[in-house]
Amino acid sequence: MSENLAGHVKFDNVGLRYGTDPEVLSNLSFTLYPGSFYFLTGASGAGKTSLLKMLYLAQRPSRGAIRMFGQDLVTMPQSRLPELRRRLGVVFQNFRLVPYLTAFDNVALPLRLSGTEEKKVQRAVGDMLEWVGLAHRAHAVPPSLSGGEQQRVAIARAVIARPRMLIADEPTGNVDPDMALKLLRLFEALNNRVGTTVVVATHDVHLLKKVPDSLIMRLHKGQLSDPTGALRYPPRPGGSGGGGGGT
Amino acid sequence: MSTLPPLPAEADEGEPTPERPRGRAAARLLPPQRLTGPIPWVIAILIALVVIAAAGGLAMRNLSEAASSSLSSALSVQVIEPNPDLREARGAEAARILAGIEGVSSVRVKPEAELVAMLEPWLGEGASSGDVPIPALIDVELSRRAGPADVARIKAALADKVPGARVDAQGDFLAPVNDALVAVQWLVFGVAVMVALATAAAVWLAAKNAFAGARDTVEIMHLLGASERQITAVFLRDVLREAVLGAVLGAGLGVAAVWLLGQQFAALGSGMVSGGGLMLADWLVIGAVPLAGVLLAGLTARITIALALKDML
Repeated sequence: MSENLAGHVKFDNVGLRYGTDPEVLSNLSFTLYPGSFYFLTGASGAGKTSLLKMLYLAQRPSRGAIRMFGQDLVTMPQSRLPELRRRLGVVFQNFRLVPYLTAFDNVALPLRLSGTEEKKVQRAVGDMLEWVGLAHRAHAVPPSLSGGEQQRVAIARAVIARPRMLIADEPTGNVDPDMALKLLRLFEALNNRVGTTVVVATHDVHLLKKVPDSLIMRLHKGQLSDPTGALRYPPRPGGSGGGGGGT
Repeated sequence: MSTLPPLPAEADEGEPTPERPRGRAAARLLPPQRLTGPIPWVIAILIALVVIAAAGGLAMRNLSEAASSSLSSALSVQVIEPNPDLREARGAEAARILAGIEGVSSVRVKPEAELVAMLEPWLGEGASSGDVPIPALIDVELSRRAGPADVARIKAALADKVPGARVDAQGDFLAPVNDALVAVQWLVFGVAVMVALATAAAVWLAAKNAFAGARDTVEIMHLLGASERQITAVFLRDVLREAVLGAVLGAGLGVAAVWLLGQQFAALGSGMVSGGGLMLADWLVIGAVPLAGVLLAGLTARITIALALKDML
């Protein structure tokens, strides 16, 4: 089956618990399709970050199966995960920039980790910083950057290697509404122009209306619901390049 | 901010293969941290102590070996006879008999003047006055180590023709001293091993602390797709840098201390102490101490990082 039909990511009856506590996520079954734009919503504590952690390979599920880019994550050896992680771009909730690296070096990290030639790194990072409007702050370290600037550095780092899937955890939580909209447009550009699958976790309902073709997955007490058909199969036609699929 | 710039991955030339970063590549990934902690100094002090203890142990071993090898093939024959003329005649007869015994490589009758000079510090003027009878003394060198069987054989050969002859292996006199030297040597080696273990523990703590302090950075790199090799290379570099600095400083301090002590002992001019000098092989062993310290640091850091990464997905 081609990846377009099989999806980038397929969760099959996935559950997650921490230690011996009750499951924080239960019976998640859905498929994320290439080129789609997903919002993951839910109240604080609904399990959004836990679900994203499984998506950006920081957490294995306690049960169920996950396939990503055609590979079985549950049985995949740990040594092969870095290769998969390099296909993802992640904007963490608290940015997670390396504090003693400059904005330039933070953005360059994914390229350098993947062994890109330094000359190309210099050019690409320069262009990327220009793109997010931070070329003049290239040599500043994160503690000297404002929240919005750190956010943009984190986004630049997430997209610099042209990921196949971008995962963003509350990416607009620390910025003013104008900047939030700009960042959202940036994600849309990446989604439309490059075909990157985008998953944005947010509890800001106003944000959802800003991307008309987006699909919404709603988490409530660790269970997923499907208000826009994101989880239906076949994928909803007319979506942003794909659609939901699922159980 | 609206137009996405061309990115390296756009001109897809196949997925680049990540290499283990070395040197400048590792520095580009994460620049080296400034040396701010006490670890290089702790390592330096411990390496200096190991160097001094190892040098002490090796010197003790050399001393013990030198003393034991020079004495092990030597025998003393005393001819105890109050009559000086008879004593001289029996001494000469004993020397003749000894020279004919198989396995004896040299025989030397100590001149009386030499014996008097040797005993003068203890007997004073009495040694040369003739009031105190001094036995005739013959130094015998065997071509092999003198064992109890040799002593018995020589005693038997002299018994009939040289009454009053007493045969002693010289090594027997120094056996207790030699035993004490061997005990001290083991003690010093024991101290060296304990300090080496303390060094290993310090290095282990250093690597663990360095890693704990950088855990956030490691997690970020990990989630961005850094392989275990890449993370290890970056942190190994910092730990090795601290260890090399500490080891070089410590080795310098230790060698300087050993050299100064060597000069002090050499100034004593004692024949026994001169046997405790360090040979080239000993200096090579001492030189291996800082090298072993650095290798240990690298190994410990590597294991620490591998264990910490195992906890992450």
